[in-house]
Amino acid sequence: MIQRLLTIVGEYFIFLRKVFSRPEKWSVFFKKLLFEMDAMGIGSMLIVSIVSIAMGSVITMQTAMQIESSWIPTWTVGFVSRTSIVMELCPTIISLLLVGNLGSRITAEIGSMRVTEQIDALEVMGINPASYMVLPKVIASLIVNPVLIIFSICFALIGGYVTIVLIGNITPYDFMDGLTYCFRVYDVVYAVTKTFVFAFVMSTVASFYGYRIDGGALELGKASTQGIVVSSFIILVLNVLITQIML
Amino acid sequence: MIELNHVSKYFGEKQVLFDINTVFEEGKVNLIIGRSGSGKTVMMKCLVGLYTPEEGQVLYQGRDFHHMDDASQRKLRAEMGMVFQGSALFDSMNIEQNVMFPLDMFTEMSMEEKLERVNFCLQRVDLPNVNKLFPAELSGGMKKRAAIARAMACGPKFLFCDEPNSGLDPKTSLLIDELITEITHEYNMTTVINTHDLNSVITIGETISFIYQGRLEWRGSSDSVLTSDNAALNDFIYAQPLTQRIRKHI
Ligand SMILES: Nc1ncnc2c1ncn2[C@@H]1O[C@H](COP(=O)(O)OP(=O)(O)OP(=O)(O)O)[C@@H](O)[C@H]1O
Ligand SMILES: [Mg+2]
Repeated sequence: MIQRLLTIVGEYFIFLRKVFSRPEKWSVFFKKLLFEMDAMGIGSMLIVSIVSIAMGSVITMQTAMQIESSWIPTWTVGFVSRTSIVMELCPTIISLLLVGNLGSRITAEIGSMRVTEQIDALEVMGINPASYMVLPKVIASLIVNPVLIIFSICFALIGGYVTIVLIGNITPYDFMDGLTYCFRVYDVVYAVTKTFVFAFVMSTVASFYGYRIDGGALELGKASTQGIVVSSFIILVLNVLITQIML
Repeated sequence: MIELNHVSKYFGEKQVLFDINTVFEEGKVNLIIGRSGSGKTVMMKCLVGLYTPEEGQVLYQGRDFHHMDDASQRKLRAEMGMVFQGSALFDSMNIEQNVMFPLDMFTEMSMEEKLERVNFCLQRVDLPNVNKLFPAELSGGMKKRAAIARAMACGPKFLFCDEPNSGLDPKTSLLIDELITEITHEYNMTTVINTHDLNSVITIGETISFIYQGRLEWRGSSDSVLTSDNAALNDFIYAQPLTQRIRKHI
């Protein structure tokens, strides 16, 4: 069991070394990078915005109801909601959402290329398939995921604001006060850093599970699930570590 | 010329190839024949470097492929074309992009030159007017031909085809055989074909290596393949009623 785990970890790092080697041709690389960024970014925008608005709304509602007390200042609601949205909810939950959305797509795409020998075909031509196929996906997600998270934060805050306007147990004015109270750029840097790390885990683990498929199409579904489970697990563990280190 | 010297291949404990020695000659169509599961595909994958044999060497014009430095290996690979058993066209690209792919990666041609080359190759395999179609929109035989067009795009010195005519009707498979033979002679390529199609064996096999249970059982040409006295080979060749009937007339 432990031996198998170590073998897989070893394979993963060997795979990473293959991925991060110089692309055969930069023009081809950039073309693929743009394509991936487009597919990933535009493709996830809708689901990310819906989930973010809902999440921001719920967390604001909860906070507003929990600290309804005369001796707690009313701006606290905005402040607490903002902090949870910026620092935990958006980077972590949305990253997990993207694992299910983008990660499984990556595994399926690379896995089906493996099963139908397209990866072998690349290799015979003398092209490093790991670098050619995977590197643009990894770089694209390193760029796209943080941008998506920034959007997601904005949507969540808007969702919270609209909720306050609708339920109205504190004034929108007080809520805004709380949102902007003691705002630190470091919080956003922290959120983006986390997303960046999570994006790396998601894209590399998903590609790895697709790349190492050995066998037929049946393996594809299994690899996809494994990729999601493993990268979610790593993300949750890293989340604890990063929170320890950065705060 | 490609030589195999004492090549053995294992998967874990299981040995699949046993001490193979054979030569594939330049400017000729070289066949590897044998029953399903005898090790043809494994042998071809050892040739092109997808598998590394545990023992023995694969020599390309005298140079050991599996033990050369990365740069020379890449250079050699740019001179190889391979047609896989399942075509292995890139399904995210249309046929034109598929055939153009090796040109994109390995040449500095302009777009017009590349297009011209692509159209020439597609014409050559008798596939005009499919440029903008995707692999999923082609029939099996058309995919095979598109794969051949992709393999020949860069003008390879070595062409490998894994069962190029399996699953095709006799007429189409004859067309593909003729096509491969023609381009082999035209460009003086070293062509290696895996097949268990007897028509190909008789019509295009200039050298034939017969693999039986992972061992090289017999080596010769299409002239001698029908009249050899090797029991395993005769078993393979005269397995079907049609060929048995032919045998009576030889
Ligand atoms: N990756 C692998 N791992 C383990 N065993 C393998 C592997 N690939 C092939 N084999 C075994 O090697 C033997 C030869 O297989 P191979 O695919 O070369 O047959 P083949 O001659 O190409 O057959 P066919 O004509 O059906 O394509 C088979 O017994 C197969 O089980
Ligand atoms: Mg085979």
